[in-house]
Amino acid sequence: MTAVGFEMKKPVLAIEGLTVSFDGFKAVDNLNLYIDRNEVRVVIGPNGAGKTTVLDLICGKTRATSGSIQFDGQELTKMREYNIVRAGVGRKFQNPSIYENLTVFENLEMSYPAGRKVWGALFFKRSAQVIARVEEVAREIFLGDLLQQQADLLSHGQKQWLEIGMLLMQDPELLMLDEPVAGMSVNERAQTAELLNRISQGRSVLVIEHDMEFVKSIAHKVTVLHQGKVLAEGSMESVQSNPKVIEVYLGH
Amino acid sequence: MKALDKLLGGQQNLIGIMLLAVLILVVFPLTLDAFRLNMVGKYLTYAFVAVGLVLCWGYGGILSLGQGVFFGVGGYCMAMFLKLEASDPQSTKIQSTPGIPDFMDWNQITELPWLWQPFHSFTFTVFAVIAVPVLLAFIIGIALFKRRVGDVYFSIVTQAIALILTVLIVGQQGLTGGVNGITDLKTLLGWDLRTDSAKMILYFISAGLLFGCIFIGRFILASKLGRLLMAMRDKEERVRFSGYDVASFKIFVFCVAAAFSAIGGAMFALQVGFMSPSFVGIVPSIEMVIFAAVGGRMSLLGAVYGALLVNYGKTYFSESFPELWLYLMGGLFIAVVMYFPNGLAGLWDSHGRQALAKLLRRKPAPKAEIAPVTPKAETKILETQP
Repeated sequence: MTAVGFEMKKPVLAIEGLTVSFDGFKAVDNLNLYIDRNEVRVVIGPNGAGKTTVLDLICGKTRATSGSIQFDGQELTKMREYNIVRAGVGRKFQNPSIYENLTVFENLEMSYPAGRKVWGALFFKRSAQVIARVEEVAREIFLGDLLQQQADLLSHGQKQWLEIGMLLMQDPELLMLDEPVAGMSVNERAQTAELLNRISQGRSVLVIEHDMEFVKSIAHKVTVLHQGKVLAEGSMESVQSNPKVIEVYLGH
Repeated sequence: MKALDKLLGGQQNLIGIMLLAVLILVVFPLTLDAFRLNMVGKYLTYAFVAVGLVLCWGYGGILSLGQGVFFGVGGYCMAMFLKLEASDPQSTKIQSTPGIPDFMDWNQITELPWLWQPFHSFTFTVFAVIAVPVLLAFIIGIALFKRRVGDVYFSIVTQAIALILTVLIVGQQGLTGGVNGITDLKTLLGWDLRTDSAKMILYFISAGLLFGCIFIGRFILASKLGRLLMAMRDKEERVRFSGYDVASFKIFVFCVAAAFSAIGGAMFALQVGFMSPSFVGIVPSIEMVIFAAVGGRMSLLGAVYGALLVNYGKTYFSESFPELWLYLMGGLFIAVVMYFPNGLAGLWDSHGRQALAKLLRRKPAPKAEIAPVTPKAETKILETQP
């Protein structure tokens, strides 16, 4: 227990002084953000607040101008994208990004963390272990019966789940989701909330979302970004009653 | 039903290979005279390039407009060995420096250049035929893919490389034979290549190697790497952020395509008896892409048919209407790109199969299984279901 208690104190992700400027425009400006183990953190903010850019910076898609991103003691700002993934960071894109020509099974299998190099992929065997893992994850994302379905025939919501499933295959320590319920029906949203609460056991989840009902149902803590900076941070209630946040959201 | 369909697909796949094998190994040798058969043998050497392009362009999405470079380098490696064998001191005794290739003598070169020295060895030559083009492809791949040069920019760079190599070969006359290339190739380890029987044997060797390449291609496409190639082609970012070094897979498939092209080039030099820069540059490189496009860039077998048909058309039309051929070829390419993006193999998949099934009075597979265009149909065939 004491070991766990100690671990809880040390954030899994520590972003400090992070800045990125595009031609002088600071999309993210001296940002500090700490995510704890087993935490579900939701980042909200008006359009252009830099939310997606923060995810881009963490996963290496965009390179920081200055500052540091420490993940489990590793400095991510210097690492190649695939090494960041292998270190345990999974990222879902805003639009469902799946392989439409492949089946659900193959989509999930593609993210199985083996055969990631040229020769490994060439001689990759679909072992019982792989099949079991794919089936397990498919059940988790409500697609257990659709394993042989061509991915482009899935509904929009199912595609979102499939991409989440692809991340789960990697069993990441930090899961980053960019608007996971965009375009989903009310039912699907509820299911996704349930899914997120389930899969956040044993890992940290960083979510960008606009849908406040959904945010309420999953967030342990909410961070409000505005103009590349943290405007407010805390529980959903405290953030919602924060006058600065109200001003930003409701306009000047 | 699913299993039956898969089996059917598997069977048809096998039938496809068998049909092509019968055509190439039985029908052509029995029906064509030595001259025409040698010509088909020449077309088959282009098919190596087309098969490589199916992997790298069709599945990998890497459109190389410079495959002539690898075809050429492979061909030149073989031609250099054959030329050295043809230039023994006895048969070149009228030269001012006997024992070196004739064109070097014409260019006042008095000593065999160091670049040519290792090509006295046949073992080295066989090694170099594959290794040199693959190394070249590897360097190009590292330089471009690691920097994420892709799409049309990659195509333009490969085209520039084809042009550069042509200019280099033409310019270095003393070293390469210039615009004439390396000609008068006679024997391979004492075996006279110019006889009909030698040409026949080379034809069969060519065909055998081609099937070898097709099987390697099949193996690659059926592996996880094959699925990764398609995934990269359609969703590169997703693959990258799933923990893959995308560039390394592109480099790999580009090297495989280069190796296939190079084997084709070496077989070309053996069967045709010369190698020249006119098989290296931009125009032949684009023609090779047309072979793959017409045959079907998603089909390894289709690419072979494409190479055979387009080249047959080229020979036929350029004998009868030489001035029309280029327009026809251009028109053909445009038509394929606009109306039949999956080429002959795509047409076969969407129409031919059903027609054949009806013809055989076999119950056709359900429509939903046939409807997908070639890429999907192909993945269905190739994947190994759990």
